[in-house]
Amino acid sequence: MSEPSNRDAAGSRLRRRGCVTLRELTVGYRERVAVEAVSGVFAAGSLTAIVGANGAGKTTLLHAIAGLVAPRRGSIEIAGAEVPADLAYLPQSDSIDRDFPISVLEFVALGRWARIGALGRVSPELRPCAMNALRAVGLDELAGRMLGELSVGQFRRALFARVIVQDAAIVLLDEPFAGIDAATSADLLRLVQRWHDEGRTVMVALHDLEQVLAIFPETLLLARKAIAWGETATTLTPEKLVEAGLSAPPRGPGPRLRLAMPS
Amino acid sequence: MSLWSILVAPFSEYAFMRSALVACMALAVASGPLGTLLLLRRMGLVGDVLSHAVMPGAAVGFALAGSALAVLSAGGLITGIAVVLLMTLGTRFGAQREDASLAAFYFASIGVGVLVVSLRGTNLDLMHVLLGTVLAIDLPALVLIVAIASVVVTVLALIFRPLAIQSFDPAFLRTMGGSDSAYRAIFLVLVVLDLVAGFQAFGTLLAGVPLLLPAAAARCWAQRIGPLVGLSIGFGMAAGYAGLLVSYHLNVPSGPAIACAAALVYAVSALASASRVLATALNATRPS
Repeated sequence: MSEPSNRDAAGSRLRRRGCVTLRELTVGYRERVAVEAVSGVFAAGSLTAIVGANGAGKTTLLHAIAGLVAPRRGSIEIAGAEVPADLAYLPQSDSIDRDFPISVLEFVALGRWARIGALGRVSPELRPCAMNALRAVGLDELAGRMLGELSVGQFRRALFARVIVQDAAIVLLDEPFAGIDAATSADLLRLVQRWHDEGRTVMVALHDLEQVLAIFPETLLLARKAIAWGETATTLTPEKLVEAGLSAPPRGPGPRLRLAMPS
Repeated sequence: MSLWSILVAPFSEYAFMRSALVACMALAVASGPLGTLLLLRRMGLVGDVLSHAVMPGAAVGFALAGSALAVLSAGGLITGIAVVLLMTLGTRFGAQREDASLAAFYFASIGVGVLVVSLRGTNLDLMHVLLGTVLAIDLPALVLIVAIASVVVTVLALIFRPLAIQSFDPAFLRTMGGSDSAYRAIFLVLVVLDLVAGFQAFGTLLAGVPLLLPAAAARCWAQRIGPLVGLSIGFGMAAGYAGLLVSYHLNVPSGPAIACAAALVYAVSALASASRVLATALNATRPS
C-alpha cells in the first residue's frame, strides 16, 4: 500500500461535504417491506457502520441512498453533494459479471464515468489517475490483467480503486470485507479510514462487530426498522443487539479488538 | 476452371449476386458489434426470440400487401418492438422468470406467423418468409438494409460505453444516473432493426445467423472488446461470401448455405479453442 493518490482532487474535495437525511424512509420489493420508517442523518464527514442480521435491510437501505430503488414512503435528502457524480457505491461482488472482457485498469477508470458520461472524451490524466488508485490498493502490477483473472480479494481491491477514482463526497460500501483474508481487509479498512479523514461521508454495511467497535464512530443498528442510531458505544449495547437479533458483542474492548487497526 | 471463375466471376457477372454480397456485408457490419454485445450480456436466446418476433408482423404485412418489402418490414418492426415492450414490462412487473416468457413469445410468434401466411399464401410464400431470399434482393431492399445497418452502427457508436457498462455492472450505470431500462430498450430495438434488415435475406428462421454465429465464433479467438467486434464482422463477411459462392456453384438455397458457412466458422473456432484449453491442461499436468 502506498501513499494517498488523487492529490489533484484534494482542493475540490474539501468544498463538497455530503450530508444524507432520511425521513420516515420505507423501502420494499413487491409485497416485502425491507426498510421501515427509518429517520436520521448521516452527517457530512461521518463514518457510520450499518449493522444488522441477514435480511435486516442493510443492502436495501444503501440501494435506496444510491438511487437504485425508489422509496415507497418517506424521503432521502442529499445536501452538499451533486448526486450522482458525488456518490460512490461499492456493491457486493456477486452483482458484477466478471467474465466481461475488460482490463483491471479500464474497470477502475470507469470510476470517472459520471464526469465523462456516454459521449465525453476520456481525458489524458485518467490513466495516471487510475494507476494511482491501483497503486493505493496494491494492484498496480495487475493493471493489464483481465477482470476475470482476479481472485476474490484482488477484485475487492479493484472495486475500492474504482471508488478512489470516483472521488465522491459520499461513499457507500456494501459488505466490503465479506469473504476476504485478514491482510486484505486490514488494507481496505485503512482506505475507509483515509476516506473518513479526507472528510467524505462514509457508510459501510458490515457484520464484524469488533471492527465496528474499533473503527466506526457511529453505528446504525438495523432490523428493518432502526433499532438504534448514534455513537457506536451507545448503540451496540447488549440489549439493543438482542433486539436486533444479533448475538451480544464481547464485554468491553478486550485485547482482541486491537488487531483490527493500528491507531 | 480458374480461381477467378470460381471466386470472383459469379459476382462480376451477375448483379443479383453483387446485391446479395453487399447486403451480407452490410448485415455483417451491423451484426458484429450488436451480436458481440448480445452474447456478452448473455442474451443470445433473446436474439433468437426477437428474430421470430419479427415474423407475425411480416406475415400480416404479406397478407395485406403481398411481398411489398416496405410493408413486410414495417409489420416486422411493429411486432418486434411490441415483443420488446412486453418483455421489458414482463421482467419489471411479471411474476414469471424471463426465460419462461421468452419461450412463450418464441412459439407464439412462429404459430401466429405461419398461420397468417398460410391464410393468404402458398407454401412457397411460407418458405420465403421462413428462410428469406437473399438472391432476390433488389435495389430498394438493398437501400433499406444498408440504411438500417448504418443507423444501427451509428447509434451503437454513440451509446457503446453505457451499453458495455450495463452488460456487466448495471447497478454502477444506475448509480451514475444512467437509465437501465432505457438503454436496454434502445439496445433491443437496435437488435429488432437489425433482424428486420436481415429478414429479407434470411427469413425469420435464419435472421439470427449473422447476429449470433460470427460473434460466438469470435469469442473463441479474442478476449478484448475491440478484437471481438472486429472478428465478428470479419467472420460474418466471410460466411456471407463463402455461402453465396457455395449456393451459386452447387445450386443450393443461399440463406441456408450462408448459415452453414457461419456454422462451419463457429465449429472450427470452437474446436480450436477447445484444443487450446486441452493443450494447456496437458501442459499443466506434465511434470516439469
